[in-house]
Amino acid sequence: MPKQHVSTIINDEPVEYLCEPQQTLLDVLRDELNLTGSKEGCSSGDCGACTVIVDGDIVCSCLMLGAEAEGRKITTIEGVAEGDKLHPVQQKFLEHAALQCGFCTPGFIVAAKALLDQNLNPTEEETRYWLAGNLCRCTGYDKIIRAVLDAAAVMRTERAEGVR
Amino acid sequence: MPNLSFTAPTTVDEAVRALAGASGLAKPLAGGTDLLVQMRSGRMRPEMIVDIKRIPDLIGIRETADSFVIGAATPGVMISEHEAFSHAWPGITEGVDLIGSQQIQGRASLVGNLCNASPAADSIPALIAARGIAVIAGPDGKREAAVEAIVTGPGQTSLKKGEFVVEFRVPKPKPRQSDAYLRFIPRTEMDIAVVGCGVNVTLDANGVCTDARVVLGAVAPTQVLVEEGAQALIGHRLDDDTLSRLDAAAQRACKPIDDKRGTIEYRTKVAGVLARRAAKIAFERAQGQRIAGVH
Repeated sequence: MPKQHVSTIINDEPVEYLCEPQQTLLDVLRDELNLTGSKEGCSSGDCGACTVIVDGDIVCSCLMLGAEAEGRKITTIEGVAEGDKLHPVQQKFLEHAALQCGFCTPGFIVAAKALLDQNLNPTEEETRYWLAGNLCRCTGYDKIIRAVLDAAAVMRTERAEGVR
Repeated sequence: MPNLSFTAPTTVDEAVRALAGASGLAKPLAGGTDLLVQMRSGRMRPEMIVDIKRIPDLIGIRETADSFVIGAATPGVMISEHEAFSHAWPGITEGVDLIGSQQIQGRASLVGNLCNASPAADSIPALIAARGIAVIAGPDGKREAAVEAIVTGPGQTSLKKGEFVVEFRVPKPKPRQSDAYLRFIPRTEMDIAVVGCGVNVTLDANGVCTDARVVLGAVAPTQVLVEEGAQALIGHRLDDDTLSRLDAAAQRACKPIDDKRGTIEYRTKVAGVLARRAAKIAFERAQGQRIAGVH
């Protein structure tokens, strides 16, 4: 089987690549495109470390084939900050020390960004359910949840002031 | 996985040809949340993957006069967000919602949940209870089958080579008809059902049940349509006596396994309890619809 030729948009940039049929989107991001921010944890869709946004929905990039990305619009952790300016979720992860080893962090940040993209005022319970597909074995989750809720508050203020 | 082929056809006929023409195992790909895991573990070794998501109408829900038609590759998020469907069938929607995380919901499909053929599939009991129909495309054309006729055992389906389910048709509820699905897991999220139960009831103006379907999951090699449970409900209001008979019927229908999630005795007992509770919710909803006058 010849390699699949794929044209897609990753972090607002048009990207073309060749991949084997069995390569996952995560394999392609990390091994072909050198976008190593998305992490490989479980490779079975349980841990969320490889979370990316595809056409507005979060998915585990380990459970999607690279060939399926044709014509899609993908956001990875590398596309969350705007240049040097951290996304509020990233800033609040730092301020709340919502990470220790950091391996799960890209997945949490991408998932949390997607939540706040569609709901700037999530309850704690909604936030915990939304992030139930992201596992962290260091923090015990509380700091992560506080960081996301705080980022939501910042973004609401920015929205009210017309910044974001 | 040497020599794996991938194709993303844009018509049902092309997909059937690709599936039927493969010399080895050929698998349709919708959300891939089961297939990719099984390929990774080596449990499934397809030679051909047919991505069905480029076929028009296979993603999304459309309405006809009497049915909802759910395309085979429609992800969970789209089902939960579909107001008319989730309002019409809250029980099916609850079952879909319970599958995996938000990431899984972004990909996983209702048809995939059926065709993966797990006895614990959360979206299937309420779908069977609602008399869902699977529309199947294959080398001999299209055919229809009741959803409960598809799964024949764990990991096994009645689909023939070259066939795949293109859509589900779910009849719209009649007046005073509603449903509910409950599952038991030993935690609050991200687990596989120990027992699941879907109940679908139609009531008359006096609250007496005129039609019912009771379906259990995770207590036998396939989902179980509990005929005796339906008979316990039909002709009755939901009083203690009726609930006791439903409970007993659900327990009798169980042929569960013993595993780390639950013993045979425990699963059997919980099946009766969930049947009672799901029936209560379905009855309340069926009556609520009458009061609100909406569908």
